[in-house]
Amino acid sequence: MTCLLEVSNLVMRFGGLTAVSRLSFTAMRGDITAVIGPNGAGKTTVFNCITGFYRPSEGEIIIHREDQSTLALHRLPGFAIAKRGRVARTFQNIRLFGGMTVLENLMVAQHNRLQAATGFTLLAVLGLGRYRHVEAEAVERAKYWLEATGLTDRADEPAASLPYGAQRRLEIARAMCTDPVLLCLDEPAAGLNPRESEELNALLLKIRAAGCSLLLIEHDMGVVMKISDHIIVLDHGKKIADGAPADIRTNPAVISAYLGDGDDDDEDAVPVAAQ
Amino acid sequence: MSDAVPAVSGRDTLIRYLRDAGGVGILALAIFVPFIGLRLHGHMNGLALGYRPKLLAIGVVLAVLARVLVLIWQDRRVHQGRAAWRAARIASAGKYVTPLLLGFAVLLPLVPGIANFYIDLGVLVMTYVMLGWGLNIVVGLAGLLDLGYVAFYAVGAYSFALLAHYYHFTFWECLPLSGLFAALWGVCLGFPVLRLRGDYLAIVTLAFGEIIRLVITNWISLTGGPNGIYNIPHPTFFGLNFNLGGGAGTFSGFFGIDPDPKQLTTYLYYIIFFLALLTNWVTLRLRRLPMGRAWEALREDEIACRSLGINVRNTKLTAFAIGAMFGGFAGCFFATRQNFISPDSFTFIESATVLAIVVLGGAGSQLGVALAAVVMIGIPALLQDLSIYRMLFFGLALVIMMVVRPRGFVSTRTPSIALGRRKLISSELISEGHG
Ligand SMILES: Nc1ncnc2c1ncn2[C@@H]1O[C@H](COP(=O)(O)OP(=O)(O)OP(=O)(O)O)[C@@H](O)[C@H]1O
Ligand SMILES: [Mg+2]
Repeated sequence: MTCLLEVSNLVMRFGGLTAVSRLSFTAMRGDITAVIGPNGAGKTTVFNCITGFYRPSEGEIIIHREDQSTLALHRLPGFAIAKRGRVARTFQNIRLFGGMTVLENLMVAQHNRLQAATGFTLLAVLGLGRYRHVEAEAVERAKYWLEATGLTDRADEPAASLPYGAQRRLEIARAMCTDPVLLCLDEPAAGLNPRESEELNALLLKIRAAGCSLLLIEHDMGVVMKISDHIIVLDHGKKIADGAPADIRTNPAVISAYLGDGDDDDEDAVPVAAQ
Repeated sequence: MSDAVPAVSGRDTLIRYLRDAGGVGILALAIFVPFIGLRLHGHMNGLALGYRPKLLAIGVVLAVLARVLVLIWQDRRVHQGRAAWRAARIASAGKYVTPLLLGFAVLLPLVPGIANFYIDLGVLVMTYVMLGWGLNIVVGLAGLLDLGYVAFYAVGAYSFALLAHYYHFTFWECLPLSGLFAALWGVCLGFPVLRLRGDYLAIVTLAFGEIIRLVITNWISLTGGPNGIYNIPHPTFFGLNFNLGGGAGTFSGFFGIDPDPKQLTTYLYYIIFFLALLTNWVTLRLRRLPMGRAWEALREDEIACRSLGINVRNTKLTAFAIGAMFGGFAGCFFATRQNFISPDSFTFIESATVLAIVVLGGAGSQLGVALAAVVMIGIPALLQDLSIYRMLFFGLALVIMMVVRPRGFVSTRTPSIALGRRKLISSELISEGHG
């Protein structure tokens, strides 16, 4: 198995606050790697560094491509990470294009591929070139992910009118339409009921089977323990454990971080309790 | 907003109305006493103060009645089903309004015996329709609040005026150049400005609009400063001009008809009509292409766009540049129509008028913007005798719209692509953009 994402000595400071300090980890190609930790541990901050929303104060974030070449994400401008690094993400607070339909959301996600076929837009405005053909392909790809996320019936409805669970799935479908090698999901199971949570597990496994690796932030230990291949535990911006789910479950440092030494704690998310 | 529940008794409602309308009455009194109640008369030895109690009373009573009507209307609106039904009605009416409006616009100059004044008014309205559609790309689709759109109008107009003045270029040669220059200016201005958002963007674009005007005013050696540029040529019809003298080389001479100022006006009318339609057609095409979708996505959520690999800055720049290009075309047309331009034609009020047209019409809606231009430009011009009340009309229209249809005449959005039937999207779900 080869390494896909390599984070080394990542530091992110906000003024005096060090949200992430000297974090190093790797995510393997074809794995579901989970990042867990109590509230405020710095998980979302790590995601924001990887996907280019924050520029790390120190450290490196490297993508290893299949052809052995590497790409330094921390040097790319934000948008190029999705375009060239092929890293897609979802957000902890859902960010859809609410006034656009479900299908339109998925078409926007394929912007770069479609835009390349428009002949600097000029040809496509005049109805020339191969844009029609490429657009039809994009619609097919969108249909595939609509089917996979169970949203086919709602393709023509505005995204903002969908129920919460469907919005979460749409956000995943939209990220998948960018054709990523790494999908970063920030708490995808938050607010889902048990049945929806089960469906989400199946969807994530399907995505992995399709060849896309996953990086997953999750508080729901039911999801984490069941589907992840590898878990990284953060607390106060530092890595406190790193290993297979079975090891993490019994790791004393993890248990004490979750049960708390008296400061911030999160009782819903004790890894041992939820099996 | 009214908080009336269906079960409220008639007496409670009455008390609520009285209290509310009473407040409005007192407010109206306070405002109207100095404005209506008192009047200065010119007098032999200076000024004398006069009183107009009757007029004051009428004003206050009207204000109270208007408030009561608004309250009643708001209570009725609580029935949301009605509102949805009405939105659907307006949407379906749109299907008939568009061809009707289009037919009217095509035939207007051909009406037998129509006065030149009306064709000329049509030219004016159509210019604003085009400006509105151009700005709609920036404000309505990309959600960038641009208060300095007049800058591009000015760049277009002066491009043509200067090229004609110094190098004797013709209108048709300059038309594409004007659009190109305006688009270049759009990119130049956009580059530093577009990292700002929301209110900051609005203020800086406003400042840029003023800067362009001040440069034109003060660069006297090139632009003639406040005196403007005269003798800008009219467009020619395949090389034929519209001189009223007639004879060889003129339109009337070639076709063997009597020269008439209407011929030129009609020609101008169809030019601007064509330019406006071009703007509309390009916008509608772009909406269905990746670029247009990216604009709308940007309006909805910029951060999500970035996460999908969309280059936010370049996408904003394209919106700015294409909007500016159509402003430049309109400016070039304005110069050829007027024969004469000066910086006075490019003040902030022009930007404000065009923005008001876009907002009144419903940002993003092509039909709405066209209707708003007719209402805001055409109607005040028809009521020439009342022209001193023009600003009053303007303000009243905006206030009424804010109460009745805060998102403009046509506030629904048509999806750019659909698997099945396209369903209109209601304005509550659509974001207005944050810059
Ligand atoms: N932009 C920012 N500016 C300043 N401080 C920030 C910023 N973003 C995050 N932080 C701080 O960094 C710390 C880590 O935040 P982060 O959002 O990464 O936590 P998290 O692990 O995702 O928590 P949760 O489980 O609640 O989502 C917090 O103390 C937070 O206040
Ligand atoms: Mg978080």
